[in-house]
Amino acid sequence: MSDNAKIRIENATKVFDVYIREDEENAGNKGKVRHVKKTKLSAVKGVTLTVQKGEVVLVIGPSGSGKSTLLRCINRLENLTSGTIWVDDMCVTDPKVDIRRVREEVGMVFQSFNLFPHVNALRNIALAPVVVKGAEKKLANEKARELLKRVGLADKENSYPAQLSGGQQQRVAIARALAMDPHVMLFDEPTSALDPEMIKEVLDVMLSLADEGMTMFVVSHEMGFAKAAAKRVIFMDDGEIVEEGTPDSIFNNPAKERTQRFLKHIL
Amino acid sequence: MADRIPTSDGTLIPEKKARDIFSAWKIAFFGAIGLLIFLPIYSPDPFARILLFLPDGILRTFQVTVFSILLALVIGLVAGLGRISRVRIVNRIATVYVEVIRGIPLLVQIFYIYYALGRIVKIPDIASAIIAMAVCYGAYLAEIIRAGIQSVPKGQMEAALALGFSRRKAMQHIILPQTIKITLPPIGNEFIALLKDSSLVSILAVSDLLRRGREFASRTFEYFETLTIVALVYLVLTLFFSWIVGKMEERLSRDVR
Repeated sequence: MSDNAKIRIENATKVFDVYIREDEENAGNKGKVRHVKKTKLSAVKGVTLTVQKGEVVLVIGPSGSGKSTLLRCINRLENLTSGTIWVDDMCVTDPKVDIRRVREEVGMVFQSFNLFPHVNALRNIALAPVVVKGAEKKLANEKARELLKRVGLADKENSYPAQLSGGQQQRVAIARALAMDPHVMLFDEPTSALDPEMIKEVLDVMLSLADEGMTMFVVSHEMGFAKAAAKRVIFMDDGEIVEEGTPDSIFNNPAKERTQRFLKHIL
Repeated sequence: MADRIPTSDGTLIPEKKARDIFSAWKIAFFGAIGLLIFLPIYSPDPFARILLFLPDGILRTFQVTVFSILLALVIGLVAGLGRISRVRIVNRIATVYVEVIRGIPLLVQIFYIYYALGRIVKIPDIASAIIAMAVCYGAYLAEIIRAGIQSVPKGQMEAALALGFSRRKAMQHIILPQTIKITLPPIGNEFIALLKDSSLVSILAVSDLLRRGREFASRTFEYFETLTIVALVYLVLTLFFSWIVGKMEERLSRDVR
């Protein structure tokens, strides 16, 4: 392993318990016996990958391919069933690790923004530094203003999330994650809930982040972003990595038939 | 006036007009106030005397209600958080508390806590009445608060955790502030219910509105007149608070946040 590895995922698997309710005719007794059947669903099946410092990795794949689950395991919003994940020198999958330290280093942006609706944009950004890191409120607010300027929303500090458009909300959400000074940013389909017109403003912010050398792990189908910023594109299907390579090789010349079929649908 | 209320075929309940002069609430509220003013003037002999006898009781009813709801909120918050706790024992204790309390009539509980407390410590009647009311209403409030917490989208807790919040801090800074908005109207309704149920404490030598009324009536034997006034006073109080709850709901639904 090189010393530059930011995220190391080794042989990660995630199995969900799924409960299926089914009614069954009971022969002895008239009437139905209701019982719940427990089955297992493998979302991630032995994935190994490394993200280098400053690298932008884009994960694509059909829904249900386990890409979001894999991303959510990196900051332990989901627990892996087996395998290990390292962020820097912290083993995320070790139960004894201080997961809050990992999460301070790893920023996350959600598909549905998840801004805090009860506070304004500025407070959304400044809240975590104050509460989690014990930063001084005045300094945190100043920094939040700078971040708002950086994502092009300097005039929106007093707006509440409901008063912002989807694109604006997502940009505030990015600023909120950046306020914790993360070394790694996770993006879970950041533009999937947005109108086409708003996608660009979010991607521009992400591009500028990539230019500054942020390590980024992005689950998204935004090909333009991939071509402009990503060094590597990973295609996942059914919990496994099917193919990985440069954006050019994956999008223009996929080697595997499964990848070709998928790309035909999103192009 | 039209002989039927014009509604579209899809409407099950006639729509509320913005400025309805004869709304049901107004008829009840101003009717009650009108009677409370008219009766003592028209026939001051029993009614004015009754009305002058009651203020102490109204104050006591208020006291019991306000202190009970405050204590019940504390109990309800603790039990509500207990109901969603991932620590099994805490969860069980909170759930058993809610189930037991909700399964016993309030009147029985008031008697029970009054006499049980009386065996252990010597406290004033009004204090044991307040504790009894609070223990009971705490269970109902716990369910409201639990539902309120669970109605906050899962993504909120996830966003907070992803930023490095502990679960406790996320609860305190992110989830509970949002819960307050959602639960305020149902808590207001519990307050009104408690105001009415507070009449039960009149059996515990607490001179609340109902008991003052009964004291007056047992001396003068004017039961009908006294209870009329008592009922009207309760009606005015509860309608007044339901108006406040309605305003609260209106504001919250208009609020962009």
